[in-house]
Amino acid sequence: MPEKILESFEIRRLEILDPKGEVDESLMPSLSADEIKKMYELMILSRTFDQRAIDLQREGRLGTYASILGQEATQVGSAFTIQKSDWIFPSFREMGVYMTLGYPIHQLYQYWAGDERGLKAPEDLNIFPICVPIGTQMLHAAGAAMAAKYKRDPIVVITYFGDGATSEGDFHEAFNMAGVFKLPVVFICQNNHWAISLPRERQTAAKTLAQKAYAYGFEGIQLDGNDIFAVYKGTKDAIEKARRGEGPVFIECVTYRMSSHTTADDATRYRSKEEVEMWKLKDPILRLKLFMERKGLWTEPYQKEIEERSRQIIDEAVRVAESVEPPHPEDMFTYTYAKPTFRQLKQMEDF
Amino acid sequence: MPQLNMVQAINLALKEEMMRDPDVVILGEDVGKNGGVFRVTEGLWEQFGSERVIDTPLAESGILGISIGMAAYGLKPVAEIQFVGFTYPALDQIFSHASRIRSRSRGRYTCPLVIRTPYGGGIKAPELHEESPEALFCHMPGIKVVVPSTPYHAKGLLVSSIRDPDPVLFLEATRLYRLIKEEVPEGDYTFPLGKARIVREGKNITLVAWGSMLHKVLQAVEGYDDVEVIDLMTLHPFDEETLFKSARKTGRVIIVHEAPKTCGFGAELSATLAEEAMLYLKAPILRVTGYDVVMPLPKLEDFYLPTVQRIRKAMEDIIKY
Ligand SMILES: Cc1ncc(C[n+]2csc(CCOP(=O)(O)OP(=O)(O)O)c2C)c(N)n1
Repeated sequence: MPEKILESFEIRRLEILDPKGEVDESLMPSLSADEIKKMYELMILSRTFDQRAIDLQREGRLGTYASILGQEATQVGSAFTIQKSDWIFPSFREMGVYMTLGYPIHQLYQYWAGDERGLKAPEDLNIFPICVPIGTQMLHAAGAAMAAKYKRDPIVVITYFGDGATSEGDFHEAFNMAGVFKLPVVFICQNNHWAISLPRERQTAAKTLAQKAYAYGFEGIQLDGNDIFAVYKGTKDAIEKARRGEGPVFIECVTYRMSSHTTADDATRYRSKEEVEMWKLKDPILRLKLFMERKGLWTEPYQKEIEERSRQIIDEAVRVAESVEPPHPEDMFTYTYAKPTFRQLKQMEDF
Repeated sequence: MPQLNMVQAINLALKEEMMRDPDVVILGEDVGKNGGVFRVTEGLWEQFGSERVIDTPLAESGILGISIGMAAYGLKPVAEIQFVGFTYPALDQIFSHASRIRSRSRGRYTCPLVIRTPYGGGIKAPELHEESPEALFCHMPGIKVVVPSTPYHAKGLLVSSIRDPDPVLFLEATRLYRLIKEEVPEGDYTFPLGKARIVREGKNITLVAWGSMLHKVLQAVEGYDDVEVIDLMTLHPFDEETLFKSARKTGRVIIVHEAPKTCGFGAELSATLAEEAMLYLKAPILRVTGYDVVMPLPKLEDFYLPTVQRIRKAMEDIIKY
């Protein structure tokens, strides 16, 4: 008996906008000039936020902070396609996602400065708190998707994680559950090439991360994560597919963490200057700028104006974050249980 | 009124809550068609369908992780972990998330989840099928720990646990599943979480136990006069008032649990009594517990578990002191 091929697959990679700012018109999603400008402005805002966070950390006004430098296209481009009623389960490196969705920026600074109140999402936004253990939030996303499916709510759940997270057991359990139950969930991996000091090759021997979805019975796609149009289109298609009830999608966004892992890390210990320099040429913001210039959407004064506006927004967010009264010690008891326990009530008398 | 064992009482509680509240869903390994390996969910899949009684893949972290997402979204999942020893792969989800969601999101999201799981020894089962790790969970703020000791109380406590707005670990003594039958009424009744019950009143010694050890204690005190027996029922938060009152009355306290002694829940009770009732005590607080060893396989499990003799010896020691 001859051997048979039972299954084979192809991994698609989506690229639309190249580093010179040129696009493949046949793949270009329909976006108005205003939408494109909005995306660009959100990327500038994200970068301004990020740079300020690092400065504030250096001045001792913020705790350890995880930079998003270089990942702006992945974050803004994907979040741009999310609807208000959708649910989002982020990891800890998605400040650009939070900002695109309209999360109060001062709360993000509050959180990184060690004030838990920064994590309380506004009532009209279904975004979960930052998740510190790696990969565990993917299961919460699958669970929320399961609940939404049970309630017949036409929403989609989106979860973000890094390339390192794909090595954790919960990645497998979440993908497996999502596949088995055909859940409306979109998994977005920001493959930024490094999990602290470990390169992507040390997480898996597989050629792409995207192909892992196929083992769980659903589609995986790789895209250029520094190309905001590819991210936008890839996510939009995935979300629409999930919303139609056609099950989960896994999107691998290939991007690069241009800064150190966090402000407590020194990336020069484990990676080469040349590598970083090479990725600087693929900067997602630069790339969109070149495109916009070509289309007549970008001018010097415009750049000045949005940089100035971003600075003002960030100044104001920092001002608000730093002028908030510190939390009362009782605050740590308030949310452990719906009602404080007998013993907690006694302990609260200490203040 | 029907005479039910623990399995049937818990099954009835699940059924009635599912009928009352469409947000209650069950999930776990083999809970559907098979009705659970102990048959606790028997008949529910047939009645409520596979959307509400969900057979999951074999994945403990996965079961509790998706339960957390479901709970945050607005459902009330009751997750079954087949044996408490297999909560260990899922401790991350319980400790890192279930217990902290309310606090981390400042009340924006909550986790009204019940984790049901059989625990405890005396059933001659394989490794990791006889654990009693309740203290581990009691140490983690944000979750509640409930251990019923009879079918009647199991039903009322489970209903309270399902309606509780916070995550509850509901430990079911495997040894008690089919050991006793008693009258368990149909329809709504509950026992509040955080309240103990006095099973027997007395003035001389207070014996405190929960789950299957309560029955050992009741056997041990047969023939002794004036011994008070407390069934703690909820371990976290536990009923300090009932405990203090009894200790002040009797002046002698013995705590019995089957978990190892070191850092067992008895240590917490004992320290609390030392803080609050020291001057009423006529003797040191004694603990009769499992040993500080890995739970042995069937050949030795009877030597591991507290026995009637060990409990009686403690009673004699505490009187003589
Ligand atoms: C379970 C767990 N193990 C270890 C850590 C410490 N840690 C924080 S971030 C990180 C690397 C994560 O890499 P990746 O998933 O690629 O995300 P990235 O940091 O690149 O965004 C590690 C090991 C953690 N937070 N959680």
